[in-house]
Amino acid sequence: MSGILVIGEQRRGELRPVSLELLSAGISLRRAGEEVAVAILSDSPDRFVKPLSLSGVDEIVTVKVGAAEFDPDIFESAVGALITKRNPDVVLVAHSVDSFGYAAALATRLGLGFATDVFSVERVDGELVATRGGYGQKVYVEVDFPGRNTVMLAIRGNVFKPPEQAASPRITIFDTPPVQSRATGREFIEMSAGDDVDMTAAEFILTIGRGIGEEAKVAQFRELADAVGATLGCSRPIADAGWLPKSRQVGQSGKTASTCQLYIAMGVSGAIQHLAGMKHVSTIVAVNSDAEASIFSVAKYGIVGDIFEIAEELRKHF
Amino acid sequence: MKILVAVKQVAALDEDFAIRDDGRDVDSDFFIRDLNEWDDFSLEEAVKIRESSAEPVEVVVVSVGPDEADESLRKCLAKGADRAIRVWDTCIEYSDSIAIARVLAAVAKREAPNMLFAGVQSSDQSFASTGIAAAALLGWPHAAVVSNLTCTPGANLAVFRRELEGGLLHEVEIQCPAVLTIQLGINTPRYASLRSIKQAAAKPIEVLSLSDLALGAADVGEAGSSSRVRRMYVPDKARAQLIEGDAAQQAARLAQIIHAFKGAAS
Ligand SMILES: Cc1cc2nc3c(=O)[nH]c(=O)nc-3n(C[C@H](O)[C@H](O)[C@H](O)COP(=O)(O)OP(=O)(O)OC[C@H]3O[C@@H](n4cnc5c(N)ncnc54)[C@H](O)[C@@H]3O)c2cc1C
Ligand SMILES: Nc1ncnc2c1ncn2[C@@H]1O[C@H](COP(=O)(O)O)[C@@H](O)[C@H]1O
Repeated sequence: MSGILVIGEQRRGELRPVSLELLSAGISLRRAGEEVAVAILSDSPDRFVKPLSLSGVDEIVTVKVGAAEFDPDIFESAVGALITKRNPDVVLVAHSVDSFGYAAALATRLGLGFATDVFSVERVDGELVATRGGYGQKVYVEVDFPGRNTVMLAIRGNVFKPPEQAASPRITIFDTPPVQSRATGREFIEMSAGDDVDMTAAEFILTIGRGIGEEAKVAQFRELADAVGATLGCSRPIADAGWLPKSRQVGQSGKTASTCQLYIAMGVSGAIQHLAGMKHVSTIVAVNSDAEASIFSVAKYGIVGDIFEIAEELRKHF
Repeated sequence: MKILVAVKQVAALDEDFAIRDDGRDVDSDFFIRDLNEWDDFSLEEAVKIRESSAEPVEVVVVSVGPDEADESLRKCLAKGADRAIRVWDTCIEYSDSIAIARVLAAVAKREAPNMLFAGVQSSDQSFASTGIAAAALLGWPHAAVVSNLTCTPGANLAVFRRELEGGLLHEVEIQCPAVLTIQLGINTPRYASLRSIKQAAAKPIEVLSLSDLALGAADVGEAGSSSRVRRMYVPDKARAQLIEGDAAQQAARLAQIIHAFKGAAS
């Protein structure tokens, strides 16, 4: 009736980095005498033992399942069996596309306390309190879970710093009965580039968001980006509308501005999925007419103003 | 065939919003309400299936919300939904995604659709979990973040692509009836014509209470939720250093930052 259970995440033979961040979140919640266990589900889970063998982890639970890749029915069943058997206080999963596919179903079925997109968690007078965002991250929301013995939290990525020191946790095998999935995974498809630009290699990016309003305005910003020597990037709605190729989309489901040093965001609100691709950049300048836009919380410099006016004035300097 | 589409009327915040006296939500006076962006895409997907199908397909939208939500339902009717249902009862207030899912699942049981579509997430609360929680209550197969769908009315299988991190896609085949959460960009939602907006204004919206769905107060609200809001507050976030002045002055400073970067880089 205690302990912290972390569900690691893997895809195509690689442990996803967020798995290690979950370990840190779990370790931070550990109370005296409690253990942190991490479970990894795969058709060959052993290969993930080494990368998970980190300091602070007490136990690695290998769960051999009948699918190489994520499957909602198989994961729900195996993680459900593990929770039922062990009754942990806290179960941590990633707030990721795979978890979107099963965590809520499992929490509903087992009657767990449940919160998603959690970026901070602590115990207040012994009770678990999780913090998440609301209304486009303009407010923070503290939630608790009265009367729940087990609480499942889906933790936001890029928040907790992974543990670095190697260690030798105990390794346990968890047998789970085979289940027939009602879905069949076929193949992975890499989004075709459709453009020759490599956002991950760009050092200076000028990104446009929905603030540009209409397709006809794209040309003006393309010209501006050329003039200042930046690579033109965009937020998701611009790519979805087909105004710029998908290869220029920055964010969780797009590209990460890995080598970028100067990032100018114009008319971008700063949704967490956009921030996932750029919040690490050392110099971010945000231009937005809404002084409360959450992009200002990651930017080094902010301009509260109209992007068209700023663009026009800026052009005169190049 | 019938497709049930769950749609939420979401709230964006007015510039100078304030937190309610009880400290647990924003004062609704500062809400700017609209149909959740994701739901625009899932409705369009359902309407597209109807339009390309030889056999009749009915598209029913359902929203759990107070009177104001009718506005979003009318928008859906104008964009092609055949019927609209709204469920409300004051004890639904303070419901989290799992409690809302309980209501949606009850509507799905009543309507017996062949597919239930929800959005990947709502733009105000961003739980990203209501649709999949409803699937658990229905016992249906489910999948999240669907960015491409092939669904033939009458067929007991649908093929779709899940959109993973980094833009990777995963193609999956699923048994129907199923719950799918639909991602932005799956299609291009249409605009409602003036004529269809007028027609929608005259269409009825079926309003259901909890008892119509054989649900009680314990199923929803705080009692039926798996989390409880303790406090909502405006965070003391890290703030950008603001560049002041008129547009010309602000742009001049930005130009300096760019020149300094390029000077350092070269
Ligand atoms: C699973 C998943 C993956 C996702 N992946 C991504 C991703 O990879 N990348 C991504 O970007 N999004 C992604 N999203 C979508 C994300 O949640 C947001 O919807 C999106 O980032 C919003 O884009 P935006 O900021 O351009 O638009 P909005 O949020 O609409 O913001 C527009 C901003 O422009 C400002 N503005 C308007 N007019 C002006 C003006 N004239 N001058 C100045 N400012 C103005 C407004 O104040 C507002 O802040 C994903 C979502 C999900 C659920
Ligand atoms: N009150 C509601 N009424 C109808 N559908 C809802 C409601 N809340 C959430 N949904 C559905 O669940 C999706 C995801 O919302 P959420 O889980 O709140 O992020 C939305 O896009 C809707 O399809």
